[in-house]
Amino acid sequence: MAHSYTPGLKVLKSTNVKKERRLPIKGKVNKIVGDQLTPEEIVATTDLPGNVQIIKVASQLNIGPADIFDILKVKTGDNVVKGDLIAQTQGLFGMFKSELYAPIDGTIESISDVTGQLIMREAPIPVDIDAYISGSVTDIISDEGVVINTHAAFIQGIFGIGGEARGNIKILVNNRDDELTENLLNESHSGKIIIGGSFISLNAFKKAMKLNISGIVVGGFNYFDLEDILGYRLGVAITGSEDIPTSLIVTEGYGKIQMGQQTFDLLKNHANQFASINGATQIRAGVIRPEIVIPYDKKEMSGEVSTRTEKGIQKNSLVRVIRAPHFGSMGRVLDLPPELQKMESETMVRVAIIDVDGHKYTIPRSNLEMVETD
Amino acid sequence: MILKSILATDCGSTTTKAILIECIEGEYRLTFRGEAPTTVEAPFEDVTKGVLNAVMEIEELSGKKIIDKNNIITPSKNNEGVDIYLSTSSAGGGLQMMVAGVVKSMSGESAERAALGAGSIVMDVMASNDGRLAHEKIKRIRDLRPDMILLSGGIDGGTVSHVVELAEILAAANPQPRLGQNYQLPVIYAGNKKAQDQISKTLSEKVDLDIVDNIRPVLETENLEPSRDKIHDLFMEHVMQQAPGYKKLTSWTDAPIMPTPGAVGSLIEMISEKEKISVVGVDIGGATTDIFSVFQNKFNRTVSANLGMSYSICNVLAESGLENVLRWVPFNIDKKELTNRIGNKMIRPTTVPQSLEELFIEQAIAREALRLSFKQHKEFAVGLKGVQKERTISDAFDQTNSGESLVNMMDLDLIVGSGGVLSHAPRREQSAKMLIDSFMPEGITQLAVDSIFMMPQLGVLANVEKDKLKEEARKAALEVFHKDCLIRLGTCLTPVGNVKNGTIVLKVTLTLLNGEKIEKSLMKNQLFRIKLNYEPIKAKLVPHKKMNIGAGMGEPISTTIYGGLVGIILDGRERPITIPNNAQERLKYLKEWSDALDEYPNKV
Repeated sequence: MAHSYTPGLKVLKSTNVKKERRLPIKGKVNKIVGDQLTPEEIVATTDLPGNVQIIKVASQLNIGPADIFDILKVKTGDNVVKGDLIAQTQGLFGMFKSELYAPIDGTIESISDVTGQLIMREAPIPVDIDAYISGSVTDIISDEGVVINTHAAFIQGIFGIGGEARGNIKILVNNRDDELTENLLNESHSGKIIIGGSFISLNAFKKAMKLNISGIVVGGFNYFDLEDILGYRLGVAITGSEDIPTSLIVTEGYGKIQMGQQTFDLLKNHANQFASINGATQIRAGVIRPEIVIPYDKKEMSGEVSTRTEKGIQKNSLVRVIRAPHFGSMGRVLDLPPELQKMESETMVRVAIIDVDGHKYTIPRSNLEMVETD
Repeated sequence: MILKSILATDCGSTTTKAILIECIEGEYRLTFRGEAPTTVEAPFEDVTKGVLNAVMEIEELSGKKIIDKNNIITPSKNNEGVDIYLSTSSAGGGLQMMVAGVVKSMSGESAERAALGAGSIVMDVMASNDGRLAHEKIKRIRDLRPDMILLSGGIDGGTVSHVVELAEILAAANPQPRLGQNYQLPVIYAGNKKAQDQISKTLSEKVDLDIVDNIRPVLETENLEPSRDKIHDLFMEHVMQQAPGYKKLTSWTDAPIMPTPGAVGSLIEMISEKEKISVVGVDIGGATTDIFSVFQNKFNRTVSANLGMSYSICNVLAESGLENVLRWVPFNIDKKELTNRIGNKMIRPTTVPQSLEELFIEQAIAREALRLSFKQHKEFAVGLKGVQKERTISDAFDQTNSGESLVNMMDLDLIVGSGGVLSHAPRREQSAKMLIDSFMPEGITQLAVDSIFMMPQLGVLANVEKDKLKEEARKAALEVFHKDCLIRLGTCLTPVGNVKNGTIVLKVTLTLLNGEKIEKSLMKNQLFRIKLNYEPIKAKLVPHKKMNIGAGMGEPISTTIYGGLVGIILDGRERPITIPNNAQERLKYLKEWSDALDEYPNKV
């Protein structure tokens, strides 16, 4: 049977979500396999090496680099406190001595008689990693972190900004076509994940940040307006480390585009439930999409976890058009003719014939995205 | 030894491309090609799976058995398998390096040139005089996590303290490699010989240190070869060994795996040397644009790491500015709508332009990506800085500084374009026009595109060092390059100078092989195409007295030029090309220039 592999976004009612929680460098893992976790629990900790200060002893005290050991009052490995005397010259007949004091608290890491420099290192910087989602530990990555599994509803967006956040889901629009306007947002939404429809304007998003709303999930946003929020024009879609109070997840793309029916319905079904979201996006090899994870309570678990294999686009697949013309339309595949076809642009491509609300469209296969549902 | 069949693959970050070259009646030709998704990442995590899938496509098309039990059969036996198998790789982000030198514009720049020439992406150039404080440098090294570091600085016998200072910063940062936590980061030292012991003392416990000859032994000489070779070795020994499946792939190949851009660069260098021409090659990809050039026998490569047609398409917009992109769009469009469309291409990078409007926008962006990348290249491809020049009285009115760009557009003989937007444009006229609009050639310049981007595979083939195979492999690479790789678009003739509108800038007389004569007068700001195939054409070019076509102001030239799939393009536009700001006027000019080449369907 004809099919084409086009990676799609997941909109899953019930699935196993596996998350690796890893330290940036080796450290201590605080959990063991089988532990039940809440999102806030710290699973691993480490100390990043402290900042380094280079002190130009020779040039500051006006001596040759080779003479540095003659005047130092400290040696490699010593702990010093800010203001401690670290070097003193002999002076003239014991007078007019020049002195140098430690500019920070730290440890003497190295001394060089070639450059006449001394390197001091500040105290280590502790780093903690939390669980991010509730679930159970199924694996330990030795000295680095844990793997957490949870049974959850799982939705991927196409693009996001801001990192991990959590809160209860609140639906503020009646319809997936509706815009999430400024006047719909108020103080009671602080700390929540707000679900809109087709679009959120720059002003409305600014208000959401002011209200300390945890996250916004909408169909579209203007690319043009990102600059106003980030302070720079986003050149490549690698996000997640932005320092903003509200994470944004866009499910369809840039512009005003109605949220996919499946996405909207699934979020609606989980209104007022707790969710963990992450706006981090990386559109490169090793793609990362923003996500919404809504873990099920144990008592809610139906035991039915979808086990699907990705088969790619086939006849009758539900697809979304992801480029103009017809951008944002959703339909079913009627046919996948094998021959190359010439488009209006004269580009020769493999196409799919799709049905969108009774209209037949011919679309390049690479301009279609599977909507993976269960 | 004649090589009956050669298999070569290029493992890119998204696609693995395989080509089969066969010797048919004494001639090396590309016979089949196949491609498959690269399998470096989960769930496969073994690059050889993608290689085998791509080769399997060749097997299906050719009917030739090449794989046996998940292995490539080499050398060939009983008409099965291939004589040699080679590969290049840029999967997993390619080779990412950081370089350091004492003076940014001297040893720093030489180190950068060596790293780029070896095919790496240079993430940062650190120097004693780069204006950053020591702790800022240390933080930067820690954050970057490169695959390798090249440290240089000081001429042989010069001061040691500056370069040792850099080593101390490196040691304090205690850099960790990008891939895996279980091995030490490779660091190459290519600086002042006198400092080698001190460098060893400072670094050898913290990193995997290799010492090679100084990259700048004296101010007047650059010695890049030892560093470039060491980078290639370490790329194989360390970086590639960490990438999934590469140990197996290495055991299959008959020559070391080369980083993809390193292979392309070496091919371009070889062609320039063999044909004694100045060449510019460009590969515009989804994330990056690579430019290679050879001028005055000096090879240079630059990577514009964030200028590309999909993943970094928005960065092109950010760096060039909306107005600069908009000036190439031949229809009226709202600015917000335009930026949303470009943004959507970034987040859905694999989509293709279905409508003509979408194609216009993509090709407008491509022009800016190419223009900016070439600008960066011109700024980097310069003579050695810090070299004192002896001057005579005759130089008094023609003072040139050391560190001037080597790129002289009037000297440029050939531009080769590759990458999807150039190689797969629906009309070849579009590729030619994109190259002209962005590179703005001057004088007489041939234009070509790489048909299916096989320059990496031909590059690694040209670099086979095994004694018995060396010569034949090089011959095969060159033959296939000319016959199957290059698609000749034609020649662009551009007189340069300053005259008023309405002036005839160039008179052209062409004599074809069959004796037919074509005469044409080119007006200022006019673009004109003469459809002629790839064959030698005698050309007499007479510029206006204030215009230069290559021999000086008003000086005529008689030479042989070549047509191609597009033909001879006469370009009377200014350099740089100026486009009116007024929307109506801009659209009028764009349409005129586009129609002259029959660039788009009539609908425009």
